[in-house]
Parts: sequence; C-alpha cells; structure tokens
Amino acid sequence: MELYKLTVHEAVDLINKKEVTYQQIVQSALQQIHEVDKDVKAFITLTDERALEDSRQLDAVKADEEGLSVLAGIPFGVEDNICTQGVRTTCASKMLDNFVPPYSATAFSRIARQRGVLMGKLNTDEFSMGLTTETSYFHETRNPWDLNRIAGGASAGAAAAVAADEVFYALATDTGGSLRRAAAFCGVVGLKPTYGMVSRYGVISSGSSMDQVGPIAKNVKDCALVFQAIAGSDKADPMTATARVADYVGALADDIKGLRIGLLRECFDKGIDKDVKEAVLNAAKTLEGLGAHVEEISLPSVELAPAAHCVILSAEVSSNLGRYDGIKYGYRVERCQDLDDLYKKTRTQGFGDEVKLRVMLGTYALSAGNYERYYLQALKVRTIIKAELEKAFEKFDAVVLPTCSTTAWKFGDKVDSALAMFLADKYTAPASIAGVPAITIPCGFDVNGLPIGMQLMGKPFSEATLLRIAFTFEQNTDYHIKRPAIDWR
Amino acid sequence: MKYEVVIGLEIHAELSTQSKVFCGCSTKFGAAPNTQCCPICIGMPGVLPLINKKALEYTIKAGLALNCSIARYTKMDRKNYFYPDLPRACQISQYDMPVCQNGYLDIVVNGSTRRIGINRIHLEEDAGKLLHDQYADSTLVDLNRSGVPLIEIVTEPDLRSAEEAKVFLETLRTILRYIDVSDCKMEEGSLRCDVNISIRPEGQKEFGVRTEMKNLNSFRAVYRAIEYEANRQIAIMEEGGTVLRETRRWDEGAGKSFSMRAKEHAQDYRYFPEPDLPPIEIDDEWVEEIRRQIPELPDQKRRRYVEEYGLPEYDAGILTSSKDLADYFENCVKLYENPKAISNWLMGDFLRLVNEKNIEISDVPVTAENLVKLLKLIDSKVISGPIAKTVFEEMFNTGKDPEAIVEEKGLKQITDRDELVKVIKRVLEENPKSVEDYKKGKKKALGFLVGQTMKATRGKANPQLVNEILLEELEK
Amino acid sequence: MEITVKDVEYLAEAAKFEFTEDEKQKFAQALSDVINAVDVLAQTDTQGVQPTIYVISVKNVFREDEVLPSMDRDILLKNAADVQDGCYRVPKVVE
Ligand SMILES: [Zn+2]
Repeated sequence: MELYKLTVHEAVDLINKKEVTYQQIVQSALQQIHEVDKDVKAFITLTDERALEDSRQLDAVKADEEGLSVLAGIPFGVEDNICTQGVRTTCASKMLDNFVPPYSATAFSRIARQRGVLMGKLNTDEFSMGLTTETSYFHETRNPWDLNRIAGGASAGAAAAVAADEVFYALATDTGGSLRRAAAFCGVVGLKPTYGMVSRYGVISSGSSMDQVGPIAKNVKDCALVFQAIAGSDKADPMTATARVADYVGALADDIKGLRIGLLRECFDKGIDKDVKEAVLNAAKTLEGLGAHVEEISLPSVELAPAAHCVILSAEVSSNLGRYDGIKYGYRVERCQDLDDLYKKTRTQGFGDEVKLRVMLGTYALSAGNYERYYLQALKVRTIIKAELEKAFEKFDAVVLPTCSTTAWKFGDKVDSALAMFLADKYTAPASIAGVPAITIPCGFDVNGLPIGMQLMGKPFSEATLLRIAFTFEQNTDYHIKRPAIDWR
Repeated sequence: MKYEVVIGLEIHAELSTQSKVFCGCSTKFGAAPNTQCCPICIGMPGVLPLINKKALEYTIKAGLALNCSIARYTKMDRKNYFYPDLPRACQISQYDMPVCQNGYLDIVVNGSTRRIGINRIHLEEDAGKLLHDQYADSTLVDLNRSGVPLIEIVTEPDLRSAEEAKVFLETLRTILRYIDVSDCKMEEGSLRCDVNISIRPEGQKEFGVRTEMKNLNSFRAVYRAIEYEANRQIAIMEEGGTVLRETRRWDEGAGKSFSMRAKEHAQDYRYFPEPDLPPIEIDDEWVEEIRRQIPELPDQKRRRYVEEYGLPEYDAGILTSSKDLADYFENCVKLYENPKAISNWLMGDFLRLVNEKNIEISDVPVTAENLVKLLKLIDSKVISGPIAKTVFEEMFNTGKDPEAIVEEKGLKQITDRDELVKVIKRVLEENPKSVEDYKKGKKKALGFLVGQTMKATRGKANPQLVNEILLEELEK
Repeated sequence: MEITVKDVEYLAEAAKFEFTEDEKQKFAQALSDVINAVDVLAQTDTQGVQPTIYVISVKNVFREDEVLPSMDRDILLKNAADVQDGCYRVPKVVE
C-alpha cells in the first residue's frame, strides 16, 4: 500500500486498527521523499534519522498503551522560518545557514508534544520575501504538477511537499499571502488564521503585525485537525491573549444552508486569468447550489491593500532584520577592518538582493520626512480597509475571491521583485492587513491542468465557519482528490 | 557681559525589579558575563518580548512622585540603530506617548525653593555593556544588562547652575529611593545622567546653542562638568566665537570635556510602534492604587519634623535625606518621645559609624528598641554620657541589648555619694600639686582632678556629683 | 517620486549595506518602481482616519515580575562566530 498517499485521518484509522505501524508510515513517507525530492526540492534540511527514531519509540509505546493523540506518528514538515530546537533553521538565507535555535516555536512544540514526526525543514524564500523561492539561498522548489513551474512562494516547500505526498501536512507562515499562494499553486488546502490565533513565538519575524502560522494539508479535515492542535493563546506571544478556540473538527458539517457569502466583485474586473475567473465563479455557483446565499459585494478599498501591505511589511522587516549583525549568531564575515565594516560586510554578504531591497524600502518609509507619507499613511489605509471588511462581515459570513489571479507560472517568466510581489499579493493582502482569517482550497484546473485556488475570508476568529464552508465544498467536489499527474515511480 | 547658564538633564534610572523588563532574566548586578541572558534579551530570531508589569507600575509611581500626569493610553516604540550593546539593533522605548508628562520637582537651593519642570518620563530597556580594557584590538560584549528596565527622566531647561543641577539630582535620587523604584547607585550605573548645557547673555530670551555632556559618573562629575562647560562656552563667546552643537565626553581624571561628535544632523532613529507588544491602557483605578503605595515624600516629611517634633531645619533635612533613616527615627520616636535626643544620637555616633563602616542603614544591627533603651539608661542616670558612647559602639558592633552590655561590663554609673567621697579623697591625696594649684587660684586644676576621678572610676562616676564633691573637698 | 543613487547611499548607510556603483543604480531603479507603486496611498484621502497599529483589540498583556532561569551560557553562545571569555567579541569599539 502507498501509505504516504493517505490523509492524516486515513492513516490514523489504519494505525488504530493495527493494520500498520508508525514505522511503516514514516518509512513510506521517507521513501517518497527520497524518490521525489531530488526533483521537487521541497526540503532544506531532512531529519530522517530523528523521524525513524521517533516512530520506533511510538510503536514501542503503542504496544503498551492506547490514547496517543491524533497527530502522533504522522509525518509533517515545517517551513524553515519556524524555529525547531536543535534542528537548523535557516530562513533560506546564507545569514542563518548554520543557525541552530536553542528553542522551538510554540506551534511546532504543540505538534511535537502530540508526538507528530518531523521529517525536516521546508524551503521558502529568503526571510519569506519572494514569490517563487528564487530568492532562497539554497535552491528553487518546483511545482509537483509541472516541474518547470514555480510552486509559489514563500511557502513553496511546504505546499509542494504536501502536494507531492512527501509529508502529510506542513506548518507554514503567511504574512501577505505566502502560505495561501503556495497552497493554491500546488492544489492543496491552506489556512491563514486570524492574527493572534496561533502563537508567533519562535517564528522568525518578518512583518510582525501580520505574521501568522497556519497548516497546509491535503484536505479540509486534515487542515482542521492540525489547526486545532496549534491554535490558542500562548503566554509567550502577547498578541494571542484574546484567542478564542472552537471545536474545528466538530464544525465540519456538510451543510452551508442559509450561510451568506459575498462574492468580491473587484477581483473579476481586470488582471485575472480567464480560467481562474471561471473556476472561482463556478465555485461560487456550487456554493449557491449547496444552499448558501451568494451575492456580489464591492469593497473598493481592498485595491489599496497591496500597497499598504508592502509599506507596513517593509517597515517592520527593516527593523526586524537589524539583529543580523554577525555578532550573536548567523553569518559573520571573516575579515573586517572595524565594527562598521563588520556590520556592512556581514549584512551585504549574508543577505540576498530581495531582502536588501525590502530593508531599504522600510528604512525609507520610516525615515524622517517620509514617515507620514508612507508608513503612517499605510496604517491609516489599513483602518479604512479593516472598517470596510468589518462592515462586509456584518452582512456576510464569508467573502469569496480567488487566491491568486493566475496559476503557477514557469521559472523565469516573471521577474521576482518587490514590485511583482506587490501585484501578486492583491487578493491575499487584504486578509493579512486586516488580520482576518482566510482559507484557500482547490476549486478547479486551468487549461494546462494546473490547480486553481478559491479563497474564503471571514471575520476575526471565524475559522470554524470558513472550515465548514470549505469542507462542504470539498464534500461536493473532487478537485482535492486529484494529485499531480507525474508518475514518480 | 554677564551670562546665564541654562541646563537640562536627561536621567536614566534602572528600576529595581527582580527580573528584566521583557524577559524573566535576573537584574542582579555583578554576575559573570552573559549568565543572566536568554534568547529574548540577546535578540535571537523569533522570540517575543513580554512587558514586566512591575516595571510599568514603577514608571507610573515615579511619575506620580514627580507630579506628572499619567497617560491613559500608551504604547511602546522601537528606536532603531546599530551598536554591539543593542542585540536587536533596536531599543524598545517610548516615543510619542510617554507614560508620564508635565511634572515638576521643587528643590531648595541656598534656602530658596526652585520649581524644576519634568518634561517626560518614559519606560525603556537598558543596553548591554561593552568591555574595552581586556584586549587591545577587540571589544567584548556582555549582555547581562540588556533588557534591564530603565526610566528616562527629561527635565525642562530650568536649571541655572551646577549647584542647582547637583541639588536636583540629590533630591531626585532621594525621592526615587523613597518610593523604592530604583536604588540609584551611580557607581553601579543604575543612575546615569546626561547634561544639556548652553549659555546666553543675561536677559536674553532665546536659548544659546547647547552641547550634550556624557560620561558623568558621579554627582561631583556633573557639578564639575557643568562648571567647566559653562566656562568653556563663555570663553568662546567672549572671544567672539560660536558654540558648536555637539556631544562632549567628560574626562573626570583630566577635569576636561572632549568633543565626541558633531550633532549638526540629529541621527534618524526611525521610531515606530513596537508591533510585538500590545498597547497599554491605564485607568484611574490603577493610578490611584499606585498612588496609595507612595509613602510620605522627603519634602513633606521634613516640614512635618519641624512642625510636629520641633526639630531644627538642619536636623529635619538630614533625617529625611534617606527613607531608611527617617523610618528609623520615627520608630524611635514612637517608643520614646524625645525627638531631639534621638536626632542628636542619629546625626552623631549613629551616622558616624554608618559612614565609617560604609554600611546601609537597613544593615545597622542596632534596633530602634535598643537605641531607645540606651537613651533611657542615660536619662535615668544609670550610665553616664561618655559610657553611653562606649556602649553604643558595642551595640553597633554586636547588636546586643544595651542593658546587657552595661550589666556584663559593670558600667553602671556610681551615684553613691559616700563611695565617691572615698575615691575623691584618694585622688586629692595622690595629687597634692593640683590641689595646691587650685587653692592658689588656678581653677583649671579642677578639670584635671575631675578627669582623674573619672579615670579612677573608669568613667562610671556621675560627672555632676564628682564636680560637687570635689568643690566641697577642696574648700575644706 | 524618484529614488536617487544618493538616496540609496543614505539608506545603505542606515541599513549597513555596501554597494558597487552598478548595484546602487539597480537598487535606485527598483526602489523607485515600488515607491511609485505605493504612491496610491498618498493619493488616498485619510483625513480624520486614525492609524491602525494593532489589528486585534488586545491590550494590557503583562508578565509578573518573576525571575526565571536564564539560558546556560554555553548554549546561548553556541551560535556566535567569535566568543572570548564568555563574551561576544567584536572589533575594537571606539567610543
Ligand atoms: Zn533574558
């Protein structure tokens, strides 16, 4: 049996029926990684020995006692900007090439405490800044649906590893759409939670006021399972103080009758691929057919979201990345004349161009004389966007929009730059800038057979509703069942 | 031409919390380098700060004691710059919404009261320490101090002389210690002061160009640096030159200041709100709760000592100069209503020994109860004044009960007339020359004979009685 | 709005980067592109609008003043490139 192809709950079923062992599951996933990752290149660091040892121990425990949690023994991966104690965490940067954190991110710890099995650390763009992993210091991750194409970015490693059945699910981060874009390009499910829902402790800061950790999974049920495990307040992240956790798995009813869903008109006006537009409009029709009230809604201010997001992100990044100076950890230039030279050489050699551009952009936006025009203005625009969304959510339980305007493009087709990122963020930035939850699920394929993602945004802490809509859609469609057509074996 | 000196101070005081302001590391002074550090205070990636509630409350307390208005809504900000003692290349501080604003502090200089405005007080984190001396070509970084809570107190440019600045600092230190928010030890760096100083022709409204003086490690240094800098600036003006806007470093050894860097363009710190820390709302109830924790402050206390206990201003000033001393005094007064006698003892032998032994008042082994017992022994003539001094020294060294000491060493005063007559007769016999001198009119000889009598009784004789008997015997 | 090479030099100094002349040109162009793209913000009427710093209504989250164990120094310093006498070492700092 190809165990690696299972979903989390299918695997758990077999384990509970004693039809397979933990070791068999982990070995199967490892075999798949060895088979495909030379092509997909989802991993930066593989923790295979540790994974095998974990599964051996779990089988020993299981022989004695029952009652291990659902995620126990299930192989998963972690985007490489999430700290894992004792396992090198690079942020896909030369700067942190040899950084081994002496602590773990809370989101990872919560899964580890359930005895999930870490398979390794997944590729991303350098400090999560990029659309394609072309800014990664290590390599590019390729889309399992077409190896000539990007798998998204920054969370490409996480999405591709799940799509290629290398791991059962992954933890990834989302600051402006990273997790959602990659999940959409790879035809898997991805949830960006409400800001403050999942602890950011141990997540290497990018845009601190928007960073969130979420699951990427093969289907909505797995996504809910993982989200349940990582959600909730954490003393180490003050922003989670008001997190309200619900029963997400319990919320997965195949029923959306009477739910009110807004269809965001602005997305379909211009700059969107024909296939994507059709697929998302069709999906909206499907939702309507399943009993939801679907109605067009106009939110003119969301057009401003990418610009506001770009400025706020850059400002926060410029400050957050000041700590990489070669002194306490990370890359340090070997020869330097003096302190200033140490700083400049270390940072110039340790960071790639995209990061430098972002840092300078943020420095510019915060400088005396520019602060009001850029940074402060972006915060005010954020107020406008947030207010408009709040108003929409008075009327609607969720808003539907595409996750991206296109499907995955070929490497080299677009220049990966802050400007390109800015444009690609246009559907994902609104949820990030307003801190509201958003989920992406597969809703169709384009003319080349590449997956298309539909995005659902909801009001703060409404993840249960979003998961329920996504689950209902999934139960009544089969886009999520299709896997990349490449025959690996 | 006559010039007026204009001075403003920026004071950093470390708050005496047990743990740092954004993590749980200890704030204890003097630990081995980098042993009071964690991922948060060395700025490792991904970890997040958490505000120490007590540090915020101490800031509010300091604001209340310095008559500030307390912000009802505030937030933390980031100040960005690169320096090896600043591990995240940004200091968490406060920019446009300090916790406290618009306060004042009254100081008494040469008998008259001056009100010095407090512009603001805000909470921030301290930086680490750079060690320059070990190696010729490198500097070592110790981050134990990184993240220790600080308040920055900024005065208005209301001070007009080195003396005023010194008195201001002393008064401020007394208050911060009274309210128990900082131990203000300049030698340990828990109180630091930068001085902004300019001069202007007397009568001129506009301020002159100011310089900022750094590296002032004692009150004396502050005083000397201001004197030096004022004279330097006046000399420049007299010669028709212009004072440069710059930061200057005081060299205490040389007694001079040196230019560090020109400040033509203020460095752009690119302050922006700290996105990792939620904002802070301070309601009236919280402020009042903190206000209730503020004890009677030195100024009020001094006035009360004069009115209630009838102490001279001078005594009241010294007794209230430290809260521990004032508390000690009040404890004694509660047990024994002779404030002046208590004051005399405290200002005399008590403080002398405290200074000689260089200990804290809280560490003095003599309890208020025992000091009062000693005073009662004197008053009831059980021991003489000179003996009391000996007993007190013993108490100070051992913490023993004075009655026990008097008993043990047989120090009770001899008040038995017959016994003393015997002793005095013997003294007179042994000193015929002095007796003769006295009779010839040399009244000074009496003093010698008193001394001899005291010596013969090992100080235990009641001095008044000795005088009386001696005169009687000599007249015979 | 155009970002000049001089601006890039200023920003590089503030952010501690050093560039060749070509790189300066390149970054000036890239920065100009983004700055122009985000200028829609400046064109937006925000009169009377308060800035949103925190997207959720969290406030007053504190920790109590309790000392927690610090991290073992050897573990803490393990990631540092240059360590001497239990300290991080940097080139001589002139104050
Ligand atoms: Zn610490």
